[in-house]
Amino acid sequence: MADHLNLFIQAAFVENLALSFFLGMCTFLAISKRVETALGLGLAVLVVQIITVPVNHLIYALLLREGALAWAGLPDIDLSFLGLVSYIGVIAALVQILEMTLDKYFPKLYNALGIFLPLITVNCAILGGTLFMVERHYTFGESVVFGVGSGFGWALALVGLAGIREKLKYSDVPVGLQGLGITFIIVGLMSLSFMGFSGIRL
Amino acid sequence: MSDVDVRKVVIDPLVDNNPVTLQVLGICSALAVTTSLLPALLMCVALTSVAALSTAAISSIRNYIPNNIRIIVQMTVIASFVIVVDQLLRAYAFETSKQLSVFVGLIITNCIVLGRAEAFAMKNGVGLSFLDGLGNGLGYSAILIIVATIRELFGAGTLLGYRILPLVSDGGWYEANGLLLLPPSAFFIIGLLIWAIRSWKRAQAEQPDYRIHAVHRTEVL
Repeated sequence: MADHLNLFIQAAFVENLALSFFLGMCTFLAISKRVETALGLGLAVLVVQIITVPVNHLIYALLLREGALAWAGLPDIDLSFLGLVSYIGVIAALVQILEMTLDKYFPKLYNALGIFLPLITVNCAILGGTLFMVERHYTFGESVVFGVGSGFGWALALVGLAGIREKLKYSDVPVGLQGLGITFIIVGLMSLSFMGFSGIRL
Repeated sequence: MSDVDVRKVVIDPLVDNNPVTLQVLGICSALAVTTSLLPALLMCVALTSVAALSTAAISSIRNYIPNNIRIIVQMTVIASFVIVVDQLLRAYAFETSKQLSVFVGLIITNCIVLGRAEAFAMKNGVGLSFLDGLGNGLGYSAILIIVATIRELFGAGTLLGYRILPLVSDGGWYEANGLLLLPPSAFFIIGLLIWAIRSWKRAQAEQPDYRIHAVHRTEVL
């Protein structure tokens, strides 16, 4: 249990996908002008991350890994080179299914998240989460915790940045630094402060 | 296609329409792989070849792709090229590909590649699309190489692993700036780079949402 808690803190704060691995930066910078939309996108990423990381873990462990097909009587086959195509396919399909399910059963949530869901397919935080899970050889339980933690950390960073940018509207920024430039500097400062979490263990 | 077209397509993305600093695309990897120059160079080669080849491939089948599933088709084409590049890197540059870790795979979701496929390759011929992918790849590479050079030179005092600035710990004069090797500095450098480019090319500067004007005290009272 303590291991999993540690992994959660590690994934959410110390190794924050956005601030220390720079994943999902495009959307991170584009959708952080207002706290409200940032919350919507953050929630959508969290949900998709919680589903895709464990699902991709199952696909990797049961189909692609070297010797994974032993249950089908093919112990010598190593399909791990097909990983990238399968993961992105799974992500695209899951996002589509999620979109349709939300549309049918939770129209309110669908309206709130609607425009962000298709964007998530090409969000590198999602594919990055899966690739880290494969590279670090997580077990199924760990991959669930990692999905939750990394999605939560990404959403937290996004909402934090949106909060700062809302206030920043009223500050006097030099012309060339206006907009994108100053946002990078702020994200740098946020990343600096998140580095303060490193070394925390329970 | 005329010479002017070709020049415009290849040269434009370098400064005037740079995918990283102006269009804010593909910065994830631009920040992550730049702690030293060698992985950054490999990443540039990988991304440029994937961008050029996949835009050419997508352009060649553009008339057969049904419109409503085009994103999935584009993703599959890009993912296949990324797998080829990934396998090549693992075969011939294993150490560096370990350093690049997940970021080679993440070329799939790099918005530069998908963005060019969607915005340019779906409408233009094979040759021109290839050059467009190449140009955008080079524009991305230019930023990556600048950032990586700054970070490796001042962060560790080396370039491509060769010592340029002798460190104090080895009896030299240069005190390495460790902060440059940490994630925050990548954000700072790109931010400052954007500032520099936009001060040079005034037209790229963004308009503020809210203008501040000086208010005299008497007006307030």
